[in-house]
Amino acid sequence: MEFTMAGALNAALRDSMREDDHVVVYGEDVGKLGGVFRITDGLQAEMGADRCFDTPVAESGIVGTALGMALYGMRPVVEMQFDGFSYPALDQVISHVAKYRNRTRGHVGLPMVIRIPYGGGIGAVEHHSESPEAYYAHTAGLTVVSPGTPADAYALLRASIAFDDPVIFLEPKRRYWLKEDLDLPVTAPPIGTALVRRAGTTATVIAYGPMVSTAMEAATRGAEESGWDLEVVDVRTLSPLDVDTLVESATKTGRALVVHEASRFAGFGAEIAAEVTERAFGYLAAPVLRVTGWDVPYPSAKIERHFLPDADRILDAVARLLEY
Amino acid sequence: MSVGAASLTKAAWQDVGAEGALGESVAHDVDLSNEQLRSLYRLMAVSRRVDRQAINLTRQGALGVYASSHGQEAAQVGAVFALEADDWLFPTYRETVASFARGVDVVEALALFSGSWHCGFDPYQHRVAPLTTPLATQALHATGLAMAARIRHDPIVALTFFGDGAASEGDAHEALNIAAVSAAPVVFVVQNNGYAISVPYRLQTKASSIALRAAGVGMPGIRVDGNDVISVYGAVRTAVDRARRGDGPTLVEAVTYRLEAHTTADDTTRYRSDDEATSWRARDPVHRFLGVLRERQVVDDAYVAEVDAEGETVAARMRDALFGAPAGDPREMFDHVYATRTPQLDAQRMLLEQELRAAEET
Repeated sequence: MEFTMAGALNAALRDSMREDDHVVVYGEDVGKLGGVFRITDGLQAEMGADRCFDTPVAESGIVGTALGMALYGMRPVVEMQFDGFSYPALDQVISHVAKYRNRTRGHVGLPMVIRIPYGGGIGAVEHHSESPEAYYAHTAGLTVVSPGTPADAYALLRASIAFDDPVIFLEPKRRYWLKEDLDLPVTAPPIGTALVRRAGTTATVIAYGPMVSTAMEAATRGAEESGWDLEVVDVRTLSPLDVDTLVESATKTGRALVVHEASRFAGFGAEIAAEVTERAFGYLAAPVLRVTGWDVPYPSAKIERHFLPDADRILDAVARLLEY
Repeated sequence: MSVGAASLTKAAWQDVGAEGALGESVAHDVDLSNEQLRSLYRLMAVSRRVDRQAINLTRQGALGVYASSHGQEAAQVGAVFALEADDWLFPTYRETVASFARGVDVVEALALFSGSWHCGFDPYQHRVAPLTTPLATQALHATGLAMAARIRHDPIVALTFFGDGAASEGDAHEALNIAAVSAAPVVFVVQNNGYAISVPYRLQTKASSIALRAAGVGMPGIRVDGNDVISVYGAVRTAVDRARRGDGPTLVEAVTYRLEAHTTADDTTRYRSDDEATSWRARDPVHRFLGVLRERQVVDDAYVAEVDAEGETVAARMRDALFGAPAGDPREMFDHVYATRTPQLDAQRMLLEQELRAAEET
């Protein structure tokens, strides 16, 4: 059956709620409306208003109460309506959610998921197109996941809800309408593993979330236009990062670049570049390049396409990799 | 707030009316046996000894810093005395005493200040959450736990403390509002002790009472003399019973005074007068309660001596346990970050291991 990524996420929430009555879903407009992106569509009608409900508009409150629920043994899945609205909750995430297991010397784990639709490319207003992954990935104690395909959206969200530690689940909102034939429930390699999406020999393109599709497009065009055979690695879990899979690929191809929508400076790509360089240095024919958004606040809708990395920007970087 | 004649059977407090103003102080019957009254005194008196000892141990270097509860024993002990065994407490860093009164081992409760670990006890053991430092954040945790209890139909109440300074934080408002909307069985006890470190109440808010905020979110509000343990108990018990009945949260403002500095690292001479503290010493919650207990012959000299001796025993144990306590194994810092150590943490643990071995060899 054909599923969009949005539909796959919805199915994952529904299946998790049916399977475990400790799973509750809440946030802003997730009840009757089914969420502004309809990811929670129909959940309240099926599961009842105790299991899927709307909260006051208070992101810190949503995350802080989820911590209390998880402490009590529930498995809350909360939605931050947009990336740019997730920041009021950062104090709860950084000061408590990430630290609770460590603070309590392992006595209290927090099985909770914070879903954040993120990234640009949908022609949105300010605060609706940002990529905050580096803030979360930098915080010890968090597990940061971002699917790039509908199958992964389903499998990784199910795995995140079943996970015994807090997960920041970053949903690439411009790919909500990406389609794939799925026979649910699909399974996938677990949290903490990267996947080679396309095997190749010319160079490695490392991507996650919304950029997985872009990287695949670049690989197709690179083959057609330049005869390149690009390997595409989907990171899937940003923290803890599956460095082995990235290093294995970079070692094989000898050239690697990482692509993300977020700004370049101190971005997540810098971490990948450093790890791959440190571990694969002797095998690399060129430095690891970063293909990213510019170091500017996310631009307005009419010019965002000049900010976002696309297949052209990736292929330009591949050409630079091959010049070394 | 005016100080009425203390009573063992009458609690007095002001309710916030529907129109959002404080009503007159009204007396309510409180049903406590003499045994319970003695327990209340014992907890308050031993708490005071614990507090004094913690200050002493800080001066002697066994604790890094300590936030005193001196003068707030009635507010803390009176409030937690209204809880049942299965209820939850969400304390701040100033509630060492409340945590102790809930049964947490005092040495474990002081781990935050001794520097042995951020939280020294298992929260599930006594249903006491870690002492929380970022202000008012724990009010949301209490609210969330209460929401979960309501969803599961468990007759559990969560109680959280915060202060007059923390009441200015956004999380305080978010917690009150979400709790009210979701009818969460949670009780918010604001200890209005007059100061947020150096900043006095009048610079935190233009409102005459923190309790008035209850009207703004549509929940009952109570203002009570925080130095009268019977009134605190009575007011909080009313709130706890209301929550357990399914009638939602209550905001209780206990008006008290921080007789000591903010922490042992603070200096009150820079921002307040001795006269002010002296006037509050006259309303000392422990002496005041003991005076009435003696007058009504609920306690005698022998009982007071017994409590004093218990305080000395606890103080001696604190000294023994906290002085020269080993630092613990630094490798453990990698062990509780996640349920399962990541490959990265395994690698870093090994690097630290090498550093430790090298240090041993030199």
